Amino acid sequence: MKTVKHKILVLSGKGGVGKSTFSAHLAHGLAEDENTQVALLDIDICGPSIPKIMGLEGEQVHQSGSGWSPVFLEDNLGVMSVGFLLSSPDDAVIWRGPKKNGMIKQFLRDVDWGELDYLIVDTPPGTSDEHLSAVQYLAGAHIDGAVLVTTPQEVSLQDVRKEISFCRKVKLPIIGVVENMSGFVCPRCRKESQIFPPTTGGAEVMCQDLKIPLLGRVPLDPRIGKSCDKGQSFLVEAPDSPATSAYRSIIQRIREFCDLHPPEGASLVPS
Amino acid sequence: MEAAPGNLAGVRHVILVLSGKGGVGKSTISAELALALRHAGKKVGLLDVDLCGPSLPRMLRVQDRAVHQCDRGWVPVFVDREQSLSLMSVGFLLEKPDEAVVWRGPKKNALIKQFVSDVAWGPLDYLVVDTPPGTSDEHMAAVDALRPCGPLGALVVTTPQAVSVGDVRRELTFCRKVGLRILGVVENMSGFVCPHCAVSPGRSRGGSPAPPRGWERPRVDPAPCPRSARTSSPGEAARSWPDTPESPSW
Repeated sequence: MKTVKHKILVLSGKGGVGKSTFSAHLAHGLAEDENTQVALLDIDICGPSIPKIMGLEGEQVHQSGSGWSPVFLEDNLGVMSVGFLLSSPDDAVIWRGPKKNGMIKQFLRDVDWGELDYLIVDTPPGTSDEHLSAVQYLAGAHIDGAVLVTTPQEVSLQDVRKEISFCRKVKLPIIGVVENMSGFVCPRCRKESQIFPPTTGGAEVMCQDLKIPLLGRVPLDPRIGKSCDKGQSFLVEAPDSPATSAYRSIIQRIREFCDLHPPEGASLVPS
Repeated sequence: MEAAPGNLAGVRHVILVLSGKGGVGKSTISAELALALRHAGKKVGLLDVDLCGPSLPRMLRVQDRAVHQCDRGWVPVFVDREQSLSLMSVGFLLEKPDEAVVWRGPKKNALIKQFVSDVAWGPLDYLVVDTPPGTSDEHMAAVDALRPCGPLGALVVTTPQAVSVGDVRRELTFCRKVGLRILGVVENMSGFVCPHCAVSPGRSRGGSPAPPRGWERPRVDPAPCPRSARTSSPGEAARSWPDTPESPSW
């Protein structure tokens, strides 16, 4: 971890809000600059979506003298997931907490990440073993912060508030909140509807109440799901989409946050 | 077959609602299923074993209720005046709604065991068990604790995207490994009808998983994006059946 400058956890109390989709596109966005070294670590042991979303299903992990090698999508974008260790995509990982913790420890300790500017860690929903282990094993190595993903409806926000409590309990800085699936524009009539109505004010009100930055809102574009299924970057497949603009703006804010919080020993002022 | 001991003695059928994938609508479908069964005159218990993200109290608008003790253990919260639908969730045990349950596996397992055996469920036609996404501690604990009830049924929920279907295939493997009887797969959010132009825009469709070779099971009709996603109150959707085009064919 000493060779990794910035570490970002992508969290949500709620499942299915788009954590993995967001993690993948954060990685794609940051890696568009070929001088930025990026890696994406998927610690959702039971439901590893990242290989599919990144178009790397079926890839295998290799061992070398310096540890496991991540699977490289680009020269500057590496990926690691338990999905690469399964012999069949239908294999279920039916592990209890201690075994999951052991795997996460190995991912963080035994993978040869090399020199990285950003390590993005995609997590499963919840506040349990995987989250505690990631925070515990990364504790000595300075985590820049967590990005929390939600959707606008209260049933998501109530879980995300718990995740915020978790972050505060374990003293994990919060970079901000992303409100995903925030409005749907019909590709036929172009009118906007709310599939997940923000009956309690959505992420904006929650962020105001809890004094946390709202990094941005990403509208629901059906092409996002299609890109994920094909393992393509949505940012490249649909550059004109309002969702792409939203992603890019959010990625820029995350970059700015990391630049303001350099790793220990680095100077804020460029020489 | 002998009746299960203790508080499970009166439970006739158990249905676990599972999905490898989060956010596909397990809790919504658990609530809708329980309400539909109650509407059909059955006595139903609803057990929420999602300890980190307990959605059911709010969905059924009983989030401000408290759980009480009796000589047989905890009394579940009754959702209706007739006391034909009861609910147990960790949501009722939190001091504050935003409090995070930050527990590792063993502690979660212990609470789930208590929820099954130390809740005075009484006579139930159905116990519907809502689970968190995945194939881990909560699922194994629930299956182990419920085994005395006899064959356990599983309803697996997915959405059409390939990314959901992948996780659900793993869940089906889990079901087979632990001996659950798969009642069927529900494909949720199976299309969206634009309220402005009444057209269903194209959607990503990986397709619900074909049953693994050698398996035969019924396929439940697809449920279009249900009103409950828009109302956040499954009760409203259940009460409006069978009048709406979204009424799934239970």
